[in-house]
Amino acid sequence: MPGLIGRKVGMTSIYSAEGKATPCTVIEAGPCVVTQLKTQDRDGYEAVQLGFGERKDSRTPNALKGHFKKANTTPKQTVVEFKGFEGLSLGDVVSVDIFSEGEFVGVAGTSKGKGFQGVVKRHGFGGVGQSTHGQHNRLRAPGSIGAASYPARVFKGMRMAGQMGNKRVLIENLEVLKVLADKNLIVVKGSIPGAKGSTVLIER
Amino acid sequence: MDIIRELQNELVEVKNFPNFKSGDTITVSYKIKEGAKERIQQFQGVVLQRRGNGATETFTVRKMSGNIGVERIFPISSPFVDQIVVNKKGAVRRARIFYFRERTGKSARIKEKRSFSVAK
Repeated sequence: MPGLIGRKVGMTSIYSAEGKATPCTVIEAGPCVVTQLKTQDRDGYEAVQLGFGERKDSRTPNALKGHFKKANTTPKQTVVEFKGFEGLSLGDVVSVDIFSEGEFVGVAGTSKGKGFQGVVKRHGFGGVGQSTHGQHNRLRAPGSIGAASYPARVFKGMRMAGQMGNKRVLIENLEVLKVLADKNLIVVKGSIPGAKGSTVLIER
Repeated sequence: MDIIRELQNELVEVKNFPNFKSGDTITVSYKIKEGAKERIQQFQGVVLQRRGNGATETFTVRKMSGNIGVERIFPISSPFVDQIVVNKKGAVRRARIFYFRERTGKSARIKEKRSFSVAK
């Protein structure tokens, strides 16, 4: 899927002509530079590697410097491969105008980290719901995690407490409300994962 | 944040409403749609709060309709909000005067701020 790398700017509202307020997210997307072309002959698959965001020269390993020099561009912060682009060559610039208003895109990002959370917050368990009738410090406990001597183990994928958030989340079918090519901005309907300023991928 | 603000200026029509804050008595003229027809209705009451900023800012107006309190929340940038007239400047100390909801009768009055030219 063709796509772009961007940065989440924040959320706001847009009012339609009928006066309806639509919550929307502003993403600063691109311009991305083609830093590498993956080909069937060489790599076994077709893809385009895009780079986004500036990176200090002094903070770039020499190996990467050479990689970006091949594409005749400055070192980039993020590089991501996309499939489905056609007719691009090394060093080409892809900008936000590959998207048009009204189409639907998916946005992937790293969700906000919530730390180690219990089952009530992480999986929406109900908890005990009672603080009397013999309950003692079990208010948010998960309850039973399985049967006894058969199967004599806990099934894989059992929902338990653990790290919540800070993982890749893809939200699909977000409508593109506005594309501002001169400012490299794209406005999508609804919310997207991650904090303000975090890197996101927009794909068609 | 600046990008958002810039974008809001571009996408949302900036209206020239008079300054008002919590405690003020204002009249909001807003358009309502009935089928294909559009008409303007007025809502007069005391501003309880203003919240948010930019295009997402809203304000809450409370009025007594007979014996029943009615509150309406208006988005300040909504194209349906046609006009705002400040009838009275109230002298309150808080930005959000939710305590006003519990007041009835004589205590449900707000002192008027003097030295202010009332728009009629």
